[in-house]
Amino acid sequence: MATTHSRVAARFMLSPAVLLLLAWMIVPLSMTIYFSFLRYNLLNPAIDAWAGWSNYEYFLTDPAFFAALTNTLLLVGGVLLITIIGGTLLALLLDQPIWGQGIVRILVLAPFFVMPTVSALVWKNMFMNPVNGLFAHAAKALGLQPFDFLAHAPLFSIILIVAWQWLPFAALILLTALQSMDQEQMDASEMDGAGPFSRFFYLVLPHLSRAITVVVLIQTIFLLSIFAEILVTTNGGPGYASTNITYLVYAQSLLQFDVGGGSAGGIIAVILANIVAIFLMRMIGKNLEA
Amino acid sequence: MGSITLKQITKSFGATEVIQPLDLEISDGEFVVFVGPSGCGKSTLLRLIAGLEDVTSGMIEINGVDATQTPPAKRGLAMVFQSYALYPHMSVRKNIAFPLKMAKLPLQDRDAKVEAAAAVLNLTDYLDRRPGQLSGGQRQRVAIGRAIVREPDAFLFDEPLSNLDAALRVNMRLEISELHQTLKTTMIYVTHDQVEAMTMADKIVVLQAGRIEQVGSPLELYHKPANQFVAGFIGSPKMNFVTGAHAQQHGAETIGFRPEHIAISQSGGTFNGIVGVSEHLGSDTFLRVNVEGMDSITVRADGEVALRHGDSVSLTPAPDKIYRFDKSGNAL
Repeated sequence: MATTHSRVAARFMLSPAVLLLLAWMIVPLSMTIYFSFLRYNLLNPAIDAWAGWSNYEYFLTDPAFFAALTNTLLLVGGVLLITIIGGTLLALLLDQPIWGQGIVRILVLAPFFVMPTVSALVWKNMFMNPVNGLFAHAAKALGLQPFDFLAHAPLFSIILIVAWQWLPFAALILLTALQSMDQEQMDASEMDGAGPFSRFFYLVLPHLSRAITVVVLIQTIFLLSIFAEILVTTNGGPGYASTNITYLVYAQSLLQFDVGGGSAGGIIAVILANIVAIFLMRMIGKNLEA
Repeated sequence: MGSITLKQITKSFGATEVIQPLDLEISDGEFVVFVGPSGCGKSTLLRLIAGLEDVTSGMIEINGVDATQTPPAKRGLAMVFQSYALYPHMSVRKNIAFPLKMAKLPLQDRDAKVEAAAAVLNLTDYLDRRPGQLSGGQRQRVAIGRAIVREPDAFLFDEPLSNLDAALRVNMRLEISELHQTLKTTMIYVTHDQVEAMTMADKIVVLQAGRIEQVGSPLELYHKPANQFVAGFIGSPKMNFVTGAHAQQHGAETIGFRPEHIAISQSGGTFNGIVGVSEHLGSDTFLRVNVEGMDSITVRADGEVALRHGDSVSLTPAPDKIYRFDKSGNAL
């Protein structure tokens, strides 16, 4: 790509893909923005008048919105916390030379391949069910009262399910980072008198910082839009206890048939995601620079 | 304080024995060089002394105390690695201070020692840089700095110069030798480069296939090699070896003579041949002479020799500088 000629040719050949991607993004986005300014209700097809900012006003002043915003942040933060800490520990464990390493690694990775709906249903019915669930059986065996997870700690239960799904991803990325750790550095630190904990905090953790950044950024993108797990377990309830922004948008547009309000919620979700992204890049983005 | 004694130590990785039963005595203040071809076990031997590998059998004594089971940090040894093994996210200051921090030294003492080490190694201006911003030679000095602040009983160097370019290598060689003169601490140095070994060592240990071939001062090894391997390994260019009728005249299976101990004449010498390649270095000229019926012979002549490719010459090794070896390669 050195000469002017080849640069022009490259741009020319790239343009169809760029245009396609641009259209792919622009068309839905502008339609959503357009709908968000309409009074557009599926139960009332006659009315499609210009609504101004009232959809936004309605969505932002809805008490459910702040509950959903808090839940979204708690969900993202909680899952990140569990997966980063758990993933680091798991990666350290998987890095040890153990018997049957290959099989163990596949087993650890398996949850990532289960689709969200299925894993949420499995957790709901086989583990957390207060009558037939495994946790209920375990509690009864110990003589304790079974705990109804999804009714009494709905958000925590969903955090648990989602963290279980994303733990393998974090562990895998962190394991590969761990394996690129320089052995001579470890030997040197051993000669320097660093114990296992000092070695972890002074050498391994700084080495992992870039991988942790990648995990945080990628997971945040996906965790902001968690939906299936909520739909099949709690339906956002009880009340709004486990509703996040994504689920609220769904409820607005497809349960209350208010397309205009839902679109306004969608745009607000996009803005919030960008605010989160800016914060993240400010906080940890410097780790990605070489 | 810095004497190390190895008693019958061995090391096996699975079924392969990397170090065969081996005894070695290193006394305080000595500069010992382990030299040998790649894969001879010299680095493994160093790591055994450092404690980074466990011996399969045998005993390591440091300062007269059994240290075979002592963890690396408690042996009082400091090591400089081939890749320098600096901690990339710490500044030079923190790198050098790291062993002191691990030893829980108070902050002022740490700073003082780091400053002192940096002054010795000309690193004062670089203390706040990261290793990634330094040149190879500077990184090497940081690694040495990290070793000297610990004031160890002995330094271990694992091929520390092999990542440097030729000119810098000569410089660092001198700096390490000077450091040894100043500190008078025991140093064990691993290299595959016999020039480094000859120039730096008080005592050279020549290793091959996990066995010690010979231990001695550089000139001892040069003048009295114990066997054909040592004779061929020490000295540059390599010693010439001749078998057959010429060797039998001297009552040996193989005879050897060094390139610098050969007289050149027009005719009438022991070997007659044709110059294949002549390398003019200015100070010396290395001639590779093809002699009929045997391998080529390398001759070191003075820099003014005008012989070129295709010239015929006659060679006579100095009679008192001929080494004789028996069938199994041992010196006679």
